[in-house]
Amino acid sequence: MINDDILIVKNLKKYYPVSKISLGKNRAYVKAVDDVSFTIKRGTTMGLVGESGCGKTTVGRTILRLHEVTGGKVMFDGKDLTEVSSRELRKMRPQIQMIFQDPYSSLSPRLPVGEIIGEAVKEHNIVPKDQYRSYILKVMRDCGLQPQYFYRYPHEFSGGQRQRISIARAVALNPKFIICDEPLSALDVSIQAQIINLMKDLQEQYGYTYLFISHDLSVVEYISDTIGVMYLGSIMEMGDKKRIFANPMHPYTKALLSAVPVSNPDVKMNRIILKGDIPSPINPPSGCKFRTRCPNAMPICAKKTPIFKEYEEGHRVACHLYSQD
Amino acid sequence: MGLLKKLKRGKIEGVDNTTYLTLKDERRISKENNKIIKMYEKEKNRKHVPEEEYLTQMRDPSNVVEFDNLHTYFYTDVGTVKSVNGVSFDIPQGKIVGVVGESGCGKSVTSLSLMQLVQGPTGQIVDGSIRYQDKEGKCYEITKMPKDKMLKIRGKDIAMIFQEPMTSLNPVFKIGDQMDEVVLLHTEGATPESAKARSIEMLNLVGIAAVEKIYNSYPHELSGGMRQRVMIAMALSCNPRLIIADEPTTALDVTIQAQILELLREVKEKINGSIMLITHDLGVIAEMVDFVVVMYAGRIIEKGTVQEIFHNPKHPYTIGLMKSRPGSHNITEDRLYSIKGQVPNPINMPNHCYFYNRCDKAMDICSREYPAMIRFSPTHFAACHLYNEDGSDKSEEEKERR
Ligand SMILES: Nc1ncnc2c1ncn2[C@@H]1O[C@H](COP(=O)(O)OP(=O)(O)O)[C@@H](O)[C@H]1O
Ligand SMILES: Nc1ncnc2c1ncn2[C@@H]1O[C@H](COP(=O)(O)OP(=O)(O)O)[C@@H](O)[C@H]1O
Ligand code: SF4
Ligand code: SF4
Ligand SMILES: [Mg+2]
Ligand SMILES: [Mg+2]
Repeated sequence: MINDDILIVKNLKKYYPVSKISLGKNRAYVKAVDDVSFTIKRGTTMGLVGESGCGKTTVGRTILRLHEVTGGKVMFDGKDLTEVSSRELRKMRPQIQMIFQDPYSSLSPRLPVGEIIGEAVKEHNIVPKDQYRSYILKVMRDCGLQPQYFYRYPHEFSGGQRQRISIARAVALNPKFIICDEPLSALDVSIQAQIINLMKDLQEQYGYTYLFISHDLSVVEYISDTIGVMYLGSIMEMGDKKRIFANPMHPYTKALLSAVPVSNPDVKMNRIILKGDIPSPINPPSGCKFRTRCPNAMPICAKKTPIFKEYEEGHRVACHLYSQD
Repeated sequence: MGLLKKLKRGKIEGVDNTTYLTLKDERRISKENNKIIKMYEKEKNRKHVPEEEYLTQMRDPSNVVEFDNLHTYFYTDVGTVKSVNGVSFDIPQGKIVGVVGESGCGKSVTSLSLMQLVQGPTGQIVDGSIRYQDKEGKCYEITKMPKDKMLKIRGKDIAMIFQEPMTSLNPVFKIGDQMDEVVLLHTEGATPESAKARSIEMLNLVGIAAVEKIYNSYPHELSGGMRQRVMIAMALSCNPRLIIADEPTTALDVTIQAQILELLREVKEKINGSIMLITHDLGVIAEMVDFVVVMYAGRIIEKGTVQEIFHNPKHPYTIGLMKSRPGSHNITEDRLYSIKGQVPNPINMPNHCYFYNRCDKAMDICSREYPAMIRFSPTHFAACHLYNEDGSDKSEEEKERR
């Protein structure tokens, strides 16, 4: 039987040592990702949301092994990426691609568009040499880029067009899985809609699986099938998109959803205003990491870390409010 | 090397730019620019300008600010950027006016014009007026006001909050010292002690808990949300009549944005002032403002009350913007509505509707004439050929004919 889960992340940890402060024996660490587990079904999109610094980018980068993991497993199509040799990893590279937030710094200014898209295609022999040009042009067409752009340079393009070039570069390698790290955040609303549609069309046509990282809940709601809500390096709630939006269980998810401004002047949100700032990931609060800002915090929340438990099918929550035991 | 071989491209952010200039063109542009700039700078640097020259009357005394056909241009080496190209709108006393539009459409330059902070000498207000009414009911023509007089208004009667507070906070001075300085500068008879008391009072007002600690901190020691609170406290310390907030929450996370927006609303009530809120986020607009101004490529394409703009938008661009934002209302649709193409090059603006190349309602006439502002109500206006002068929709035959 074919395994339907393309990616299984288990107890993923990534700690960065804090270089400046070395506290004698106990070195301080930024616990950027702290015990994160999730799975993504082939051909679906998982949205990863949370405020800046909560560890979304680090999750993406450790999956790709751009950073070595501190602990945990990343099973991609049955292989543990944390254990494969670098040679094997290089061979697998085309299958997992990444699209970045900043379309200005992520494209080499010295290469023409055709080269940017084709560089890795040549390196990995994705198509026979004689088909190379027509292949690149086809990818460009798929991504809404005109053929005459082939010889032009990135600086001649606006943010939206550059993001199309980044997408074309990823797609050209015929990947199975694409990690999209805030691909819309630097773009204007009208351009965002164009790029979302492009990503959806490509997924439909080629069956890509996406991990879509964003702080924008409306965008995530639109594009995702499942959603994970992160806070201070941990996933607080995870599940089917419809469940999360219709029935958010974790107090943080509730606050996050209620904070999104609604484009309707007649709707007055019953807003949960969280107090204070996000604590430092170097020294996160004991027990539940959200407790310092949680409107529902109880004594137990400081003592015990809540377990990440399944309450409905595929709907997991880490919160003491629900775990009466 | 042949002159013609040296190609240079204009670097206008966010826009496809395909104008190529020869070195000769560049020299010509630069020479022309220098002449124009010199003329404006001379006018600006006049000393001892009599007050009559910049006193004026408001069109409507219930307004704090009236922009009237404002034109602010940048004379750059690659040509003239018409950043603000005929903008007119009012900021009524006690109201929040939201200015919305895509990046580069001229929102910030409009507000900088009001503060006399357009980056010179390339940037100049070339036409139109900006009228400002102070607390005593005296009205000033900002575009003609001498710099030293403007200093008394800026930061005191009109305060500013920016997207990135770090740009307006000095990194080497403590928060408290910077706040005190503002008070000392703008309050007659203020002493260091009274200034500190005022700063502390303001920090309390914006909901900062550990006031003394923040007062003694350096800007980089604070989080983004905390810095924005400090900026708001600083803005409030002189009892401003108008706060200009340029994307004040764009760099913040949603939960922090919610805190800051709530704070701005409270603050407005406390000072009984007005706010000009610049943002690209329609949700923030819907939530916060009384009046909306929608800008596109340096011009206002639609303006009205928040109800009019959200419930009865008239301009295809406004309609498109609302539809292209994913939200619960259109989540069931398989594809998101999207406006095709992109904003035109600001150096070579067409002489027809600027939205023509992106509009799915475009007609022949749209490629020939820039549409006039049509009045739909005393407060609601839009510039589009789809409507008759009286605000009614043009019939199908009429559209055909055109
Ligand atoms: N290379 C690094 N070295 C040290 N700390 C890092 C590094 N990259 C990220 N961090 C820290 O890890 C945390 C998570 O960062 P990141 O994954 O970028 O969050 P997000 O993408 O959700 O904004 C932050 O506190 C950040 O400062
Ligand atoms: N100092 C400057 N020199 C040249 N052009 C400028 C300058 N400041 C702004 N512009 C141009 O003016 C236009 C409007 O800019 P701005 O008001 O900052 O847009 P917004 O705030 O709506 O994003 C843009 O095309 C921008 O490139
Ligand atoms: S475990 Fe306690 S502090 Fe954490 S989210 Fe639940 S109620 Fe709040
Ligand atoms: S004037 Fe014409 S092109 Fe411009 S917005 Fe109206 S219908 Fe569209
Ligand atoms: Mg990130
Ligand atoms: Mg701006």
